[in-house]
Amino acid sequence: MSISIFDIIGPRMIGPSSSHTAGAVRIGQVANRLVNGRVQAARVTLYGSFAETGRGHGTDTAIVAGILGVNPDQGTIRYAKLLAKEADVDIPVLFSDEEPEHPNTARVYVRGEDGKEYTYIGTSIGGGRIRVTSINGMEVSFSGEYPTLIAFHQDAPGIISKVTSILALEKINVAFMKVFRSERRQGACMVIETDTPVDEATRRRIVNNVDGITEACTL
Amino acid sequence: MTGYTFSNGAELLAICREEMIPISEVAVRAELEREEMDREGILHEMQVNLEVMRESIREGLEEQQVSITGLMGEDADKLMAFSDNTVMGREMASIVASAMAVTEVNASMGRIVAAPTAGASGILPAVLIRYGDAHDLSEEDLIAGLCNAGAIGMIIARNASIAGASGGCQAETGSAAAMAASALTELRGGTPEMCLHAAAIALKNVMGLVCDPVAGLVECPCIKRNAIGAANAVLCSDMAMAGIESIIPFDEVVIAMRNVGRMMHPDLRETARGGIAATPTAQRIAEKIRHFE
Repeated sequence: MSISIFDIIGPRMIGPSSSHTAGAVRIGQVANRLVNGRVQAARVTLYGSFAETGRGHGTDTAIVAGILGVNPDQGTIRYAKLLAKEADVDIPVLFSDEEPEHPNTARVYVRGEDGKEYTYIGTSIGGGRIRVTSINGMEVSFSGEYPTLIAFHQDAPGIISKVTSILALEKINVAFMKVFRSERRQGACMVIETDTPVDEATRRRIVNNVDGITEACTL
Repeated sequence: MTGYTFSNGAELLAICREEMIPISEVAVRAELEREEMDREGILHEMQVNLEVMRESIREGLEEQQVSITGLMGEDADKLMAFSDNTVMGREMASIVASAMAVTEVNASMGRIVAAPTAGASGILPAVLIRYGDAHDLSEEDLIAGLCNAGAIGMIIARNASIAGASGGCQAETGSAAAMAASALTELRGGTPEMCLHAAAIALKNVMGLVCDPVAGLVECPCIKRNAIGAANAVLCSDMAMAGIESIIPFDEVVIAMRNVGRMMHPDLRETARGGIAATPTAQRIAEKIRHFE
């Protein structure tokens, strides 16, 4: 995946640390996008350097801000805990001393108002960029920089082409696509990053019309 | 590889030579190939970055900054006020003080442009904007400078790292200095080859520099490391313009930096467990901050 010049000269952001503040906001935003902005509850665990130095960097505040939908360049980041209180959303942040694979790692649990629950692991990889490495127990890898469709499915032939045909019908162009699986012929997960967002109707059509798709979410 | 996309310095130079264009123009055309923005959009986005950078220098020097810990905030002003008495001279002093000013704004939860990171955000704006002001460069020139710097940063990010947690301070203020050195060299009429020599020398000068922030905060020694980063960039550009070459090619220096980062103990990569952060005074400060909370 080629990086943009604006990953290097940018982002415009609120200090003090692109890894610990802007990256943390973006990791939090994944939760907000998964539940379409309707967060009912969330819980965050910080690992590695996030856990060691997160308090002084405001990482805990920043990730809560992201979960609430605040952008990395908004001055309201520092008031995130107040915003959570006002919105009546409880978001505890725990600091773990477990050693993670990547130094700046957060595990986020989020429940939407529709009752859907997601748990994912996000890592801040520098300059405010992030990578999601796991979602609902399935190992994945995506940046969150594009509209993203995540579809859980059986590991069987033909499913992927049915999903991409539906996207083609809707004239949604695929930027990047990867398929992950736990074991052969067990659960699998396709992550499709697109140029334009996958709307709710299209998501539903994929879940309802493609045999073998167990669940699909978008961000 | 498509037309203007490059993954290392050698490829970048080959495109510059083939097309007879500077590094900044290759960077713009590579961004165009991503098909997300047109030329006007790219230049406008860079212009907005430039404005925020300029404002962060102004804010850092004119308004009182108080960092999260209250430890830092006025050092840029002190150096600026002393600039006429410095050995380095007024122009260099104003560049260095501006680098500190931006980093002080960052430490106070103010608005900055990551370049390439927030911890190293003072170096590039200070070098380009201060030089530009002193030598009457246009906005277009400065935007080209940012594009040149972006190209260097992309190569480092792709082949090594720009995160202190992965590569130490060499990856943050080292990368920023390399970017600023190259950009400044292009603005002074240096060739693309000279730009890469300047960038390579800047990276070599801080090879192995650890990330050891006191209490884990982007304050001490980060603000002063931005000062030395800006000075490093100016020095290396001067050397390149004088015809001095880096014995080791830029691409090899980048890989060496990546390898040094991998050898670096985790205590020396932003965890605040080693280096300056492990000194008794730093420990006392960290304890005080914990107590404060």
